[in-house]
Amino acid sequence: MDTLTFLQIIWFVLIGILFAGYAVLDGFDLGIGSLLPYLAGSDEKKTAVIFKTIGPVWDGNEVWLITAGGALFAAFPHAYATVFSGFYLALMIVLFGLILRAVSIEFFTLEEKNKQRWAKTFFLGSILPSILFGVALGNVIIGVPLDSGMEFRGSFFTLLRPYPLVIGLLGLSAILMQGITYAMLKTDGEINESAAGLSGKIYYGYAALFVISLILSYVFIPERMSIIPAWIATIVFALSMAALKYFLAAKSELKAFFSSSLAFISLWGIAGAIQFPVLVKSIESSSLDITIYNASSGKLTLSVMLGIALAGMPVVIAYSIYVYRVFRGKIKMHN
Amino acid sequence: MDAVFLSRIQFAFTAAFHFIFPTLTLGMGLLILINETIYLKTDKELYKNISKFMIKIFALIFTLGVSTGIVLEFSFGTNWSSFSRIVGDIFGAPLAAEGVLAFFLESVFLGVLLFGRDKISKKAYWVSAFLVFFGSHLSGLWIIIANSWMQTPAGFVMEGGRAVLTDFFAAAVNHSTAQRFIHTVVGGWMSGSLFMAGISAWYILKKRDLNYAKPILKLSLIVFITCSFLQFGAGHYHAVQVAKTQPVKMAAFEGLWDTEKGAGLSVFGFPVESEKKTYLDIRIPRLLSLMIHGNLDGEVQGLNDFPTDLHPPVFLTFQSYHVMIGLGGLFALISSIGLLLMIRKKLYETDWFLKVLLFSIPLPVISNEMGWMAAEIGRQPWIIQGVLKTADAASVVVPAWQVLATIIMFTILYALLFLFFIKFLVALIKKGPEKVIATDGY
Ligand code: HDD
Ligand code: HEM
Ligand code: HEM
Repeated sequence: MDTLTFLQIIWFVLIGILFAGYAVLDGFDLGIGSLLPYLAGSDEKKTAVIFKTIGPVWDGNEVWLITAGGALFAAFPHAYATVFSGFYLALMIVLFGLILRAVSIEFFTLEEKNKQRWAKTFFLGSILPSILFGVALGNVIIGVPLDSGMEFRGSFFTLLRPYPLVIGLLGLSAILMQGITYAMLKTDGEINESAAGLSGKIYYGYAALFVISLILSYVFIPERMSIIPAWIATIVFALSMAALKYFLAAKSELKAFFSSSLAFISLWGIAGAIQFPVLVKSIESSSLDITIYNASSGKLTLSVMLGIALAGMPVVIAYSIYVYRVFRGKIKMHN
Repeated sequence: MDAVFLSRIQFAFTAAFHFIFPTLTLGMGLLILINETIYLKTDKELYKNISKFMIKIFALIFTLGVSTGIVLEFSFGTNWSSFSRIVGDIFGAPLAAEGVLAFFLESVFLGVLLFGRDKISKKAYWVSAFLVFFGSHLSGLWIIIANSWMQTPAGFVMEGGRAVLTDFFAAAVNHSTAQRFIHTVVGGWMSGSLFMAGISAWYILKKRDLNYAKPILKLSLIVFITCSFLQFGAGHYHAVQVAKTQPVKMAAFEGLWDTEKGAGLSVFGFPVESEKKTYLDIRIPRLLSLMIHGNLDGEVQGLNDFPTDLHPPVFLTFQSYHVMIGLGGLFALISSIGLLLMIRKKLYETDWFLKVLLFSIPLPVISNEMGWMAAEIGRQPWIIQGVLKTADAASVVVPAWQVLATIIMFTILYALLFLFFIKFLVALIKKGPEKVIATDGY
């Protein structure tokens, strides 16, 4: 293997890790936001408690997305260019969601009269991206129309095919699972109870959607069903789900949260294994696929970036853990 | 209207809107760090409380900065995908580095700044304040590296229509990075410091919260005065760089049509592209030559030396540049008066000056915006100077109607955000330090 190939593979893995990190971390605050109407109703105090559970950390979590996007741009500019311009309107909706989310918590705090307004925008800003991320990924997996210049040749409605929509729902359910286990971990009293009450339903929905996705994959991407690493990741997923069920029943909240996170990571493992080395699949012909080999930056850029990532990310992870530890413990409802 | 034109409008609008907030964040981050340092050294509660008050305002501004920044980060893919394909090898790296090295730092530790005071030691808290300050400046550095590479590209070769990195260091520290970074950061410090000075001036005029207002005014005014004098040096150093690397842009800044030995520095005028002439042209003789070459007879190139299709929109470039510099002059004047009043110990009694401070709050922000307009419009028709034209940089698959639709959506959304931002900002200020500190937030 020459150095360039090696770097391209490393970057495929690293970007996968960044997206998985984003999914796990922002997943819980997107999830809790998508569940806000259920968990807090129109109760201002409960909403405040829920915002407090994510207040110190949501922005840091979102930076995983920004960094993953930046890394995709730097390492595989063609993939970044194709997906972001091709899925233009869908991405803009994601952006509007993220903007609304970002301001809602702050505005909720500062608002005197109509606080509920910002709880609603927070919900909207959480649920829209939560669905659309999965839809985008589903499209990349089953393939989109691409031309020889690597440009997307579909329309907005290309994106809304059944398979991607199911993957969108699967993504949403994974995010809801993150949100609900986080809510259980960080709250007590009524919120904790209602979260625990819903967790079973989300769990079964999640498991069912996974099975449906698996079956649909046999229909839509049969050629990808014999990849061993994907099956290994599937086994990890199944084991984490079993552990999740157990820890939910045993009320081991931290372990439940970690199991849910591991399940989410193994979903990314499956996606990565199915895709490799393709980044964006062409629906017409594999010769038009955008892969890590034809979409990447040069050797120098990839190595400089690798240096930055290897020096920077361990530090980021270390101080993030420190900060999570500073804010550990449940947020109590005080009157 | 074609998609390229619309994407330009959208980028200009979203970038300009974003940039309102970073300027303030940079300056307020500095003030917060200074207060925390004084508190750490002297243990005086007052400085801790001042810092608490500023952090509440800072958080609001920061939120707006964060939410509008993501749009820009993705816009290179959504609206400028040809650009991303052609220069991704170089341009993506600083954006990714910005995430890894800077955004994580500022946003993770802002969480600590906002909610962690009682949970960690005084020293650890100071370190968090420092890291937020450091992170936001580092993020400014990386984005300015990216932008400066577009203005004065270096460290690459063109291969098969794509730019390929050959020297990372040369690309990052290109001919204009240092000048642009220093100039922009000082501009940000001016925005943040005059903002706090104006707010505290208002308290003093209203004769309320004086125990807070006076020290805030003093500190922020000292920072502002220092920066407004520094900015002349930084701006000059920058202008010399532009004259060397982008002479067409300098000619447009100055509305200079014919190449001249001993060129004058333009003070006022109305350049008209179609007539190749500057009306009401007022100049200080020979000063431009002196500033660029250090000699009264140095030669400065005029616009007519370059083909018209490489001229930027001269009128806009010229006026935005002049507004920036004009405001820079005004800041020096305000600073001189402020300095005098401080020396004579009459600062807190001089109502008219306090009013000037209050009403000047938006001016440094405007000056920053105008500087960017001059730099960016003056670079046209190039998106990357001498390498790629803006017209060839946009996404090919995004139809004009979609860009138009998102422009309309951004306009509505940003207008609403801005209204609420102002509403909450004014409410925080009216509430005053005492009460703001007492409410824990949620
Ligand atoms: C000199 C300063 C400066 C300039 C010219 C820009 N920014 Fe910015 N940006 C900042 C200084 C900054 C900051 C001070 O670091 C911010 C502002 C408030 C904040 O939260 O961080 C920020 C936030 C911010 C964020 C959110 C980070 C987070 O979630 O924590 C993104 C994604 C960007 N910016 C991206 C951009 C892009 C793509 C730009 C240009 C096209 C840009 N910024 C111009
Ligand atoms: C934050 C302050 C900034 C402001 C206010 C600003 C403003 C503008 C304006 C007014 C234009 C339109 C010029 C025209 O088309 O006539 C523009 C274009 C552009 N600028 Fe900036 N800019 C800023 C920062 C940046 C940075 C930091 C970068 C890159 C890292 C950047 C990259 C671009 C690009 C890609 C375009 C689009 C192509 C073009 O129209 O030239 N800008 N900007
Ligand atoms: C007082 C004398 C000043 C001079 C001589 C000066 C000079 C310049 C020059 C030559 C540029 C264009 C750089 C380019 O084309 O790339 C510029 C841009 C800019 N100026 Fe100024 N400036 C002055 C004052 C100010 C003030 C007071 C502020 C803000 C408070 C400011 C903020 C900016 C910003 C944000 C930019 C865009 C970024 C950049 O290219 O550096 N300037 N300035």
